Amino acid sequence: MADAIQAVPTPQAQPTTWAGRFLDSDVWSSFKRSKLTMAAAFLTLLFMAAAVLAGFVAPQDPFDPAQLDLLNSRLPPLWEADGQAPFLLGTDEQGRDIFSAILYGLRISLAVGFLGVAFSATLGIALGLIAGYVGGTTDAVIMRIADVQLTFPAILIALLVDGVVKSVLGGQLDGVTTLSVLVFSIGLSFWVQYARTVRGSVMVEKNKDYIAAARLIGLPAPVIMVRHVLPNVLGPVLVIATINLALAIITEATLSFLGTGMPETMPSLGTLIRIGNNYLFSGEWWIVAFPGFSLALLVLAINLLGDWLRDALNPKLR
Amino acid sequence: MFAFIIRRALQAIGVLFAVGIISFAMFRFAGDPVNQIVSLDTPAAEREQVRRSLGLDDPVPLQFVRYLAKAAQGDFGVSYQFRQPVADLLTERMPATLELALCATLFATGFGVLMGVYSGLKRDSFLAKVFQTISLIGISLPTFLIGILLIYLFSVTLGWLPSYGRGDTVRLGWWTTGFLTLSGLKALIMPSITLGLFQMTLIMRIVRAEMLEVLRTDYIKFARARGLTTRAVHFGHALKNTLVPVITIVGLQFGSVIAFAIITETVFQWPGMGLLFVQAVQNVDIPIMAAYLMLVALIFVAINLAVDILYTIVDPRLRTTIRQPA
Repeated sequence: MADAIQAVPTPQAQPTTWAGRFLDSDVWSSFKRSKLTMAAAFLTLLFMAAAVLAGFVAPQDPFDPAQLDLLNSRLPPLWEADGQAPFLLGTDEQGRDIFSAILYGLRISLAVGFLGVAFSATLGIALGLIAGYVGGTTDAVIMRIADVQLTFPAILIALLVDGVVKSVLGGQLDGVTTLSVLVFSIGLSFWVQYARTVRGSVMVEKNKDYIAAARLIGLPAPVIMVRHVLPNVLGPVLVIATINLALAIITEATLSFLGTGMPETMPSLGTLIRIGNNYLFSGEWWIVAFPGFSLALLVLAINLLGDWLRDALNPKLR
Repeated sequence: MFAFIIRRALQAIGVLFAVGIISFAMFRFAGDPVNQIVSLDTPAAEREQVRRSLGLDDPVPLQFVRYLAKAAQGDFGVSYQFRQPVADLLTERMPATLELALCATLFATGFGVLMGVYSGLKRDSFLAKVFQTISLIGISLPTFLIGILLIYLFSVTLGWLPSYGRGDTVRLGWWTTGFLTLSGLKALIMPSITLGLFQMTLIMRIVRAEMLEVLRTDYIKFARARGLTTRAVHFGHALKNTLVPVITIVGLQFGSVIAFAIITETVFQWPGMGLLFVQAVQNVDIPIMAAYLMLVALIFVAINLAVDILYTIVDPRLRTTIRQPA
């Protein structure tokens, strides 16, 4: 009780710690008000925890062929008549436990999603900062490239980059290389939005007095860009990153579904759906249904979080 | 206005030129054009001779100009996997993709406008909430999952619709159409819904927002005050004004529909350009990838330009603002 009273800050005493400032912010209070957002956040965290702890939670390592037994192939989920323990959600053609495969696939999908977003955000922020701060020809060149790229849907760019990189590397690629190629192609297809947003904010910020002051004390341009301009343009970037996480996960799943992404020996959720799709007609619906449902739920949860964050960080909507 | 169109046309040519460079770079450097002609066990000396006869020793800018000139005549080289001219492969499959894209767009526009108008007029009704939920699903579910879901429902469980292919087609000159046979039409239903669902939710949201906006304006109040029937006010006055942005979106999105057909065509094994492109990416068939990129760029740029020009014709306000110096 006493804690609760102390936790309410007065305007005179601003909380100074990072956590205190966060609990005091409008973002946190808007989070507490929306039940849907809390559910979405819970689901997202659950998915992430499942992905990180896959090695401990999953009854089987689906990447290890030694643990697979063909006698267990195509078993239905546990609650159906022929279901067998420990295969909660049934098994696929190779006797792979669907539940374990989903956990490990989730890990790959999330890894590609996060790395792809990190790569595209870094690239976009860097190019946007340079374009906005330097201006002139540099700006024109970067923004023209962005314009041309924006004419095409991201999935098309990702497919093209994927194909070209594979042809340059040549031959059969192992799992980790394929994953890197995916991250690279997703990163290259989503940087434009960051660059445009950051450039717009930089154009506003760079004419303010604090930037002039930083210039006057003789700081070099890269330091001003990173230490002074960047922190002030990060708000919108966070919103784009959240929404793009969902997009990156969908793009990875789509590429894997199309057969140009993760291989069947190291499946992501998209690859699992691709595999399961082949058994739809022979009545083994669970091979495709559960990975598909997991993917849809994951994307929905992240999208809801992104929508909420966009509204919470937008002062106009308050 | 004329200057505006000229400027837009120049920009369009700029985009095409940039795409041409990328496509040439792919063609020339990512894949070795010599491999198109020789077999795997051709000796190095013979390869060198082929290389020289193809002009691959010439300066790169000269090669680029030659590549563009050939592309303009519809010569995109030979596919690695099919050993056929890429242009022939693309023309053969273009009707399938265009018919699918057309049906998807019609579906998206028809249902999108209907649902948008309804949820704009009766925003608190049960049905409007159902539509909102559908639109959330349409945005969150990846396209291929929607396709799989439809196949499971209507092909596997109910057995009503075919799950793959175009059905029977009729040949009209070089164009093959599925519009004239029953099986062709049945085969179009599920792919069109899958491809159009995202566009439908987009159009629905726009129409709903525009309706809400327009219904608040003064001229609607005046129309009501004049004693016009609700129907006349809603459909004669309000709807008409919401349709301008819808036309723009439908136009601009047509290019995306063609690009997104890649996914739908793979799910339904639809023999169009998208499926060809995916097979090209899987088998690293660079000439097809380069040609597809150029073709899609051309379609995109042409549509953008057409929408820009149409806009200046439809909306007189744009003409005056464009004439003023910026």
